Amino acid sequence: MIELRNVSKIYNTGGAEVRALDEVDMHIDQGEFVAVMGASGSGKSTTMNILGCLDNPSCGSYLFQGLEVTGLKRSQKAQLRRRYLGFVFQGFNLLSRTTAVENVELPLVYRGISKRERRKMAHSALDKVGLADRALHTTTEMSGGQQQRVAIARAIVSNPYLLLADEPTGNLDSKRSNEIMELLTLLQNEQGITVVMVTHEPEMALWASRTIEFRDGRIIKEAH
Amino acid sequence: MFLQALIISFRTLWRNKLRSCLTVLGIVIGVSSVITVVVIGQGASQKLTNEISSLGSNMLIVSPEEEDGVGFAGETTNIVPFKLSDSEALKREFPDCGGIAPVSSFGVVAVYGNNNCRTAATGTESSYFTIRKWALGSGRLFTFTEERAGKAVCIIGEKVRKTLLGAAEPVGAIIRIDRFSYQVIGVLKSKGGSIASKEQDDVVLVPIKAYQRRISGNKDVDMILVGSGAGQNTSILKKQLKQVMKERRPVPPGKGNNFTIEDMKEIIKTVKKQTSVLTTFISAIAAISLLVGGIGIMNIMLVSVTERTREIGVRMAVGAQESDILSQFLVEAVVLSLFGGLVGIILGLIVPLVVTKYMDLPFIVDLRIVVASFFFSGLVGVVFGYFPARRAARMNPIDALRHE
Repeated sequence: MIELRNVSKIYNTGGAEVRALDEVDMHIDQGEFVAVMGASGSGKSTTMNILGCLDNPSCGSYLFQGLEVTGLKRSQKAQLRRRYLGFVFQGFNLLSRTTAVENVELPLVYRGISKRERRKMAHSALDKVGLADRALHTTTEMSGGQQQRVAIARAIVSNPYLLLADEPTGNLDSKRSNEIMELLTLLQNEQGITVVMVTHEPEMALWASRTIEFRDGRIIKEAH
Repeated sequence: MFLQALIISFRTLWRNKLRSCLTVLGIVIGVSSVITVVVIGQGASQKLTNEISSLGSNMLIVSPEEEDGVGFAGETTNIVPFKLSDSEALKREFPDCGGIAPVSSFGVVAVYGNNNCRTAATGTESSYFTIRKWALGSGRLFTFTEERAGKAVCIIGEKVRKTLLGAAEPVGAIIRIDRFSYQVIGVLKSKGGSIASKEQDDVVLVPIKAYQRRISGNKDVDMILVGSGAGQNTSILKKQLKQVMKERRPVPPGKGNNFTIEDMKEIIKTVKKQTSVLTTFISAIAAISLLVGGIGIMNIMLVSVTERTREIGVRMAVGAQESDILSQFLVEAVVLSLFGGLVGIILGLIVPLVVTKYMDLPFIVDLRIVVASFFFSGLVGVVFGYFPARRAARMNPIDALRHE
């Protein structure tokens, strides 16, 4: 269970104060699939960054399974990320000229897992996203949909508690998008992974069990 | 974890082969030039000291120049030359030393039949050959009677023999030196090659009395060579020589001695010191290029960090610590510079290997220099890699991920 309490994020750009988030409360249960929607600048990306322990709220608190994340040191947050979080980005952000399996292994490298064990886990993660046969291909040899599935495999390889997907279908056509959404739903149902997805496409949001809509740094609508 | 960073860096560097090679060029040039300079310098120093010692290392040279007459050329005002009586006196005073020989030299023309050559005529005594360790290839040395009488006999160097006599039997031949005829009684063994042996090959030696009478036309002795006997300390010998010479050549109080004694051992020591100073100086200049190489590495590492900002962001997002990123880039820089150091060492050994062969120098490798330059190039990697690596490690993951 993760919780944002009264979280605000204020940017100071050139003397002007911009409230990216304005006293947001949010509650996400284990195993939920939440879609976060909103126009650009509505605060959805900021929310993702805070949930992903990449950014600190200006005020308020972020509880991750009861643990207060705000105020943790950089290194502690890095540990939190490598243990409990998985990231999927719009631009895939895979390492180029690197094989799929090596990309998937990356989070395990920083957890100090032995090479043999890493290979095993990475192959099983690729198997889950249906790319077992592409493991030794480099990412440049893959289509966008395949690359995003590699990215998802990388996100779930360490059995995270929370999967954060930032516009995961933003660079894909509708067929591939649906495949990705099916995959996310599958992971949510079968692995019990909590998924939070930022999207601006309403069709994609339909896959989620709950939709939260942002505007001007505030939550304006929540729908189940 | 360190191993992991090592593997990652190898992989990254391998992917950018051309860039990696160009980056380390500075280090390669720096390391190889330092090693080249040192190896050639030590070889040259060794050869020089070898040659000087081949002039006779257990030898003192007494010359009539004023001790503190440092003066300019042409200022050699009132040199009082030695006479044969001086060398005779030294012989009496130092019966146990390794030989005493008066020496005078002058340029002459030697003629045999239709052949002639310019060479140096040296008037001396048999002990000269002992002191200088010159051996005869054929014939014999001057006899005591020939020396006393100043008989017209001569011993010739190999080069003179070749030019003048060619295939003719040298011993017993009569050659002309300037206006007088001499009988050849011996031929020096040739050494070939070095400066010292040139002196030994291109020479005509005659008894000093014959030299004074027929070549120089005066009773002067240019210098006296004193060989040190077995186990004799040259510096003590030098002191004793000085004492005797002082008595023979008194000077008014307050003035410096009107003679000089040089110890070949000291000369060798001085030459060694001078060449080592020179080598150190030049290699210090070469070492500057190592610093330039380090700056090159820093430059490319900064570019690399900027280029891989997104990668850094991803690595941070999946849980890399600052220290992970820092070590990744630091290891990369160190691997680069050590690689450069290694190539530099190989190059720095090949170049002098060729050069020394060509210049006929001994090839001496000081292992300490090789090891030191390897570690120094690693140090350059650490120093100049730290700033870019820290820059990478301090990145904000959000900005890094957003970086285009």
